[in-house]
Amino acid sequence: MSTLFDEKIHDTLADPKLQLAIYKATGRLIEERRKAIEPDICPDYQELRTQANAVKRHTIEHLDYYLEEFARNVEAHGGKVIFCRDAEEVSDFVLSLAKERRAELIVKSKSMTTEEIDLNERLEHHHLESVETDLGEYIIQLAHERPYHIVAPALHKTREQVADLLTGKLGVPRETVIEKQTMIARAVLREKFLAADIGISGANFLVADSGAVVLVENEGNARLTTSAPKIHIAVAGIEKLIPRAQDLAVFLKLLGRSATGQWLTVYTSFLSGPRRKDEIDGPEEFYVVLLDNGRTKVLADREKRQSLYCIRCGACLNHCPVYRKIGGHSFPWVYSGPIGAILTPQFLGVRHEPGLPFASSLCGACAEVCPVKIDIPQILLDLRSEVKKAETREGTNRLERLAFRVWAWVMRHPRIYEVAGMAAAALAPSGDGGWVRSVPVSAGPLRAWLSQRDLPSVAPKSFRQMWRER
Amino acid sequence: MSRETVLHKVRTALGRSVGQPIEEPPPVRLRIPEIDIEVRIASFRTRIEALAGKTHAARSVEDALEYTTGIIAGRIAVASNAPILRECGITALPGVRTGVTDRDELRALCAAAAVGITGADYALADTGTLVLLSSRREARMISLLPPVYIAVVKRECLLTGLDELLAVLPRPAEQTSSMVLITGPSRTADIEQILVRGVHGPGEIHVVVV
Repeated sequence: MSTLFDEKIHDTLADPKLQLAIYKATGRLIEERRKAIEPDICPDYQELRTQANAVKRHTIEHLDYYLEEFARNVEAHGGKVIFCRDAEEVSDFVLSLAKERRAELIVKSKSMTTEEIDLNERLEHHHLESVETDLGEYIIQLAHERPYHIVAPALHKTREQVADLLTGKLGVPRETVIEKQTMIARAVLREKFLAADIGISGANFLVADSGAVVLVENEGNARLTTSAPKIHIAVAGIEKLIPRAQDLAVFLKLLGRSATGQWLTVYTSFLSGPRRKDEIDGPEEFYVVLLDNGRTKVLADREKRQSLYCIRCGACLNHCPVYRKIGGHSFPWVYSGPIGAILTPQFLGVRHEPGLPFASSLCGACAEVCPVKIDIPQILLDLRSEVKKAETREGTNRLERLAFRVWAWVMRHPRIYEVAGMAAAALAPSGDGGWVRSVPVSAGPLRAWLSQRDLPSVAPKSFRQMWRER
Repeated sequence: MSRETVLHKVRTALGRSVGQPIEEPPPVRLRIPEIDIEVRIASFRTRIEALAGKTHAARSVEDALEYTTGIIAGRIAVASNAPILRECGITALPGVRTGVTDRDELRALCAAAAVGITGADYALADTGTLVLLSSRREARMISLLPPVYIAVVKRECLLTGLDELLAVLPRPAEQTSSMVLITGPSRTADIEQILVRGVHGPGEIHVVVV
């Protein structure tokens, strides 16, 4: 575990207000989901999951085919598709388009993919104003932070903190009533929508047979982003494909329920191409940016490529006992929780934060609630093994390797094992009511281990002794 | 730019070659129950009301007009070019602007109006959802910018749910650049999970079933 990861975890654990906020928010999302999938409300919930998994598996296994079909159909409707290898290619594209069209203001709707590539910062670096318009995203943009949660980015912010941000950044009188704070943001962002030259959205789904971008949301900011400015750019990972519009019957039902317990979100937009000849409004130009940024690396692993089925509902975060304690900002990258724990090592390499796949109790809650049935615990185990192999190659776990070698040798020699056992029993610190809770400073690595866990005291007689005396 | 590079990487990762055919995808899963129209209307209204929307089952076009007039209450309104609104006489009400076909003019009008009024191409009974396809009759902004939104839905447009919609419209993109599903008023719960309606879209929604 790196010091930074460790530090952030401890900061979160030491903040009782934050602990309560995370626990309440995720608890509520758990409850809303539970109600929305009850058998009398959604009798075919499990069947929908099975179908969603089968469709995603099929799509990912034939992704090249569906990418080409999608691009053909976008172009048939007058849109353009841009394939990008990495963050830089995306920002280069947006910047050159903005320059050609003399654009100055960009409105953005929530997109984890653009968070992944720090698009706002890249654009602002070139003096383009890029404003997040989802309320939660707007708040964390004002605070210069990363999203705390995939679907609730400002989950960790209290109304007082929001009041300070609005006053500090916008110069409005301090306001702590949440309804009024929301209306302040509405008024500011409404002006931005009407003045913006370009709208950038993400995509929840890309529909191959229609060349369509599908967006789900509750606020209406994604609709405004994609319809008010003259140019709409959707930025999406290449894994977002589904084959047919009719597959949405499965995915839309699962996404709303798993994320917030909604049967359908307030708005679902199905967008394909710029406005047609006889339509009154809508953008004049329509672009879809398809991003690799490490996804083809994930795709190359037969077992772990199922990580790309994810529809970003956030249910695994809400149900994860680890996320619920350590929160979103402890995680080393934009994707947090169990899905973050499997995506981060695959995108950034297992050595980026080697402690990450180990920060799980493997309780399996994530796999149980995943609407597309990603086997997250199994992938965590595979990643643990990869971390260990990498450490062995690099020789960073020498002490651990030595310890296991000694252990293996002792295990193969019964006499020595017995003597060692007796020695351990004689030397071990006596337990406090049957449990060893701490050891003297000199005990080194054992001390770190015991800072989080208790050990049972060594029994006065070993099993072998008792066996002989029976 | 990097189209071929990315596609090549995808194919390499999957062990596939250019133009290689695909296996049959899993069959589409659509379930369309048979539900009586009156039951559909009742379910549609219950769902919208559960989301704090208001509904009105109009006995006639006159009734629809009367109800709509009451909601507009003399405020500035923008109506779409949906034939149903003309049939009900809503477009002839004082203070109601309609027939706008210019993008910028319509946007400015919607930004200033208190009420937006549209028809609906379809409605989904099991979720209380309105379905609007962008066309010369329906614009995107009318159901989005004004703080109060009224939709007038013909009862024969009521489908059982999303599955039936996608059976009726298997490829929406062939007809329109934008199909939007609207399920209740605009809302957020981004600050302390407190529900606030009308954050960017309309916070008040009325659905008249004719």
